[in-house]
Amino acid sequence: MPVTETAATINGVSIDDSFAEAFPMSGTAIQITAINEKWALEAATKMTGFATSVIACGCEGGIERVLSPAETRDGRPGVRVLFFGFDAGGLEKQVTTRLGQCILTCPTTACYGDYESDQTIDLGSAIRYFADGFQISKKFAGKHFWRMPVMEGEFLCEAKTGMTGDGVGGGNLLIMARHVEGALKASEAAVEAMKTVPDVIMPFPGGIVRSGSKVGGKYKGMMASTNDAYCPTLKGVTDTALTEEIGSVLEIVIDGLTPDAVAKAMAAGIKAITDLGPETGALRIGAGNYGGNLGPHHFHLKDLLP
Amino acid sequence: MTGLVFRLKGEPEERLDLSPLIPERLDGLTSSEIQKLGIGTTKRDLKLGDVFDVSGADVSDIRFEGGSARLDKIGLGLSKGSIRVEGDVGFRCGRAMRGGAITVTGSAGDLAGSAMEGGELVIQGSAGARLGGPEAGETKGMSGGAIRVQGSAGERAADRMRRGTIVIDGDCGLDAASRMIAGTLIVGGKAKGTPGRLMKRGTLILAGGAERLAPTFLDCGPQDLIILRLMARAIGEELGAVPFDGSPMRRYGGDTAVLGMGEVFLPLR
Repeated sequence: MPVTETAATINGVSIDDSFAEAFPMSGTAIQITAINEKWALEAATKMTGFATSVIACGCEGGIERVLSPAETRDGRPGVRVLFFGFDAGGLEKQVTTRLGQCILTCPTTACYGDYESDQTIDLGSAIRYFADGFQISKKFAGKHFWRMPVMEGEFLCEAKTGMTGDGVGGGNLLIMARHVEGALKASEAAVEAMKTVPDVIMPFPGGIVRSGSKVGGKYKGMMASTNDAYCPTLKGVTDTALTEEIGSVLEIVIDGLTPDAVAKAMAAGIKAITDLGPETGALRIGAGNYGGNLGPHHFHLKDLLP
Repeated sequence: MTGLVFRLKGEPEERLDLSPLIPERLDGLTSSEIQKLGIGTTKRDLKLGDVFDVSGADVSDIRFEGGSARLDKIGLGLSKGSIRVEGDVGFRCGRAMRGGAITVTGSAGDLAGSAMEGGELVIQGSAGARLGGPEAGETKGMSGGAIRVQGSAGERAADRMRRGTIVIDGDCGLDAASRMIAGTLIVGGKAKGTPGRLMKRGTLILAGGAERLAPTFLDCGPQDLIILRLMARAIGEELGAVPFDGSPMRRYGGDTAVLGMGEVFLPLR
């Protein structure tokens, strides 16, 4: 592993002269409302479960933010959720399956599209047949909804939501620290800062992944395997990217509806990490890439400095 | 460029066919060509200049200064732009319109918004019979767009309605939404006769109650539905305040004499 140059050092945190290599994805957003925030979050949490990596989960999803009643379509508390897939077909299949199992089933919820686009994927239009002929289509004020009688009352779901083929998956930061406590603290600070940026999610647990991967592996059929260059326990036996003082590395993966949103989230994360400083946080920030030949989106850290 | 203005010289001596006066048909005509348009309905071959003073030039912003119940077919087939009438209009105002907006500050005759497919029709006075309904022989009435009547409406509003939204702030005449195929009719006052008779699908929100319902409508009890809240909010934003607020209402399913997939909402009281 070649030595990575340092682009800058800010508040004692060094930032690699490197870039995050990201890929085009199909993305969408929906709004889930419920009688209170608890049930909106319950539905959104279930719906975005097992949606960390598109390779194994079929999609990447997460809660973008909690919405106040003033921000939602029906004036109830709500949550905005984003999903990303390899293509529109795969994305629609994942979203509608999760909608049917996690939102339709959850008490008091309603579901609306939350992304405007000429390209759409089905929501209620895909699951309306559950109502067994009792479904009711309503079109008003330029919108189309499906009403489905359920035992609790009635499930209301917008027919479709907009989608974009210009989403971005795989924006990332590598947060390197002396020990796991520092890496976690810096990563948590970065995730909190990124959550303030619209149109992005960090799909891994708490927004953070400890098992960053490289493409392929020594075993047949492995699409990805541990990123040994950044494993601190292998510093002496592999072609490491880590220096002596690095004892733990965490990664934040960012998916966004636009490249600009991903860049803003990465910049917010870098600022939060450098504001925290190296004593209690991270010593160094890097980014994962594949040499620049696989993904068309390159987010250079030096362009995102605070 | 100022809007095109037709100032009525006096009460017309015959019914007028004003269907040529929409942006699509006026575009490219000179003022003198416009004044020579035939709008009469008798052997007299009445020209527009005989009845109206014409000023302005922007055909996408048409205004009639002065109205009459003899001004028929205003906005017939309109697809873009706006028409405003200061006063009453006659039959078929906004019939088959596909887009754009029509505002009538007075009242409208029969068949206003008949078979309209899109756009917005606002009648600040009252409307005649068969608001949004089909012409004789047509199989469906309104199939899109929105109508607001701030006064009352005549009999059989929303007859054979297929899609779209009609809001009537006042009362509506006998048998509103008869043979409704789908769509939404909201009435603030009393719905006379038997509203919804033979409706297949669609929604009637009768905030002022109904004179009676046909026995083929079945009581589903009080319902607190998100769709009512959403409609109150979304239609209110589109057309102005609506006469219901999304509170629970009593739902009746019907008309079971036909498909039975329609619904009538009545106040709980």
